[in-house]
Amino acid sequence: MLCDDCKNNNATIQVTQIINNDKMTLNLCQKCAEKRGFRSPFEGVPFPLAEFLSSMITASAKTGDKPHTKTVIETRCPGCGMSFTEFAQKGRLGCGGCYKAFRPQLKDLLRKIHGSDSHRGKIPNLPGKEMTHLREERKLQEELKKAIEEENFEMAARIRDKIKGLQTEK
Amino acid sequence: MFEELIKKPAAWLTGEGKNSEIVLSSRVRLARNISSIPFPSVAIPEEREKIISFVNKAVQKSSFLNGGKVHNSSEIPKLDKDFLVERHLVSPEFMRGSNNKALYIGEEEKISLMINEEDHVRIQALNSGLEIKSTFELADKVDTELSNTLEFNFDPDFGYLTSCPTNAGTGMRASVLIHLPGLVLTKEIENVISQVTKLGLTVRGFYGEGSDVLGNLFQISNQTTLGKSEEDLIESLEKVTNQIIEYENNSRKTLYSEAKEQIEDKIWRAFGILRSARVITSTEVTNLLSALRLGLGMGTIKEIPLGLINQILLISFPAHLQKYLNKEMEPNERDILRAELIREKLKSSI
Ligand SMILES: [Zn+2]
Ligand SMILES: [Zn+2]
Repeated sequence: MLCDDCKNNNATIQVTQIINNDKMTLNLCQKCAEKRGFRSPFEGVPFPLAEFLSSMITASAKTGDKPHTKTVIETRCPGCGMSFTEFAQKGRLGCGGCYKAFRPQLKDLLRKIHGSDSHRGKIPNLPGKEMTHLREERKLQEELKKAIEEENFEMAARIRDKIKGLQTEK
Repeated sequence: MFEELIKKPAAWLTGEGKNSEIVLSSRVRLARNISSIPFPSVAIPEEREKIISFVNKAVQKSSFLNGGKVHNSSEIPKLDKDFLVERHLVSPEFMRGSNNKALYIGEEEKISLMINEEDHVRIQALNSGLEIKSTFELADKVDTELSNTLEFNFDPDFGYLTSCPTNAGTGMRASVLIHLPGLVLTKEIENVISQVTKLGLTVRGFYGEGSDVLGNLFQISNQTTLGKSEEDLIESLEKVTNQIIEYENNSRKTLYSEAKEQIEDKIWRAFGILRSARVITSTEVTNLLSALRLGLGMGTIKEIPLGLINQILLISFPAHLQKYLNKEMEPNERDILRAELIREKLKSSI
């Protein structure tokens, strides 16, 4: 879906405004949303799923003079169009891209579920610089573990430096 | 369909493998998704068909896998679907709503693939007995074989990406199906369950969707999938399972020293009912066989071998009974013919 404003970028944010009984929906790209002053409510919101959701649903519009005005801003996955609210209702993500689109929220969620947000298991043999890096780093980590077990601290320090080097290269 | 399977014991009930009088089976499932295509619940039918054909191609290309066959689930009749669930080849969820799903069954039923269940591919490896490690190695090999052809969705931080975040990371669920009548009878089971839960494992009753525990059978599996390696997850499941086997054996000893007659009575009565009943449900059979299995383990009944207990358990399941007798039946008729079949099977023993 293209952005309603620039008609150029992919729309990743959906803004729904309800004023009295009129509903208006805008699909915007990140840039145009910011231009209009809409910010994704997710940024910097800590976990509890319920908190996320209520923070999303609470109106960011000011109450007072217009009691029936409500604005809902949502990030949508550019891959499948799913919003975080829809995910929270269904409990299932729509595509691999959702993990990018909702990264900060999912990081918190994964930490809550698994007690960790970083993979320590199998790495597939996929091409690409990032994957090569990952495999190298993993190999070094294993060597580091071994060096520490063998109490070869000089070696461990050298490996640690190599790992640091890899991480700054990223 | 699947006529060749009914003659054989199911992979989870062959009675082979370590500690198979207590641990019925070990299973490892890996969740995988193919890059650039939405997960099954969001994908359109054309995309789901594409997944099936991709996986089919990957299976054909793998010399390790191409002895098996991919079946489109729309071709599988209802009875055969229930039959496959009873054989632990697919999940009950997989068989609900049959649009654009497919199933691969490998030779000896040790490997199966569910295509378009909750994730694009669910790889399953299944073995009888306490064989967690070798079962994992088998699943891992299948994954590596498939990934020669398929590009799986992977994120450097989050690992393998799955439809439900509870499976992300390794995408691995390893489990054992374990028979714990001693712990149930001594009422220690609650205590054991709560200890096991604290160690990051999940305990569920057999066929358990929150319902009653059938035949004192429990499934123990890893609770989390992210943040630990497959090997570490496997190792902790194996360690805990060995511990539970020890607890179970101890509670059997306690039972035997404190209530020998009562336990033996329970076991022989179970045998008596199975040998004489005229109408019997699958649930009742499962529960009575639990007593026989205990009797065999404690040396009370030596006349009924493990193989026969497992065979009676399997052919008593509703779909298996109908396939075995080659006849579709209503529950009432099934209960009568089941009783008759079991009497027949037990006639030669004792
Ligand atoms: Zn725009
Ligand atoms: Zn998505």
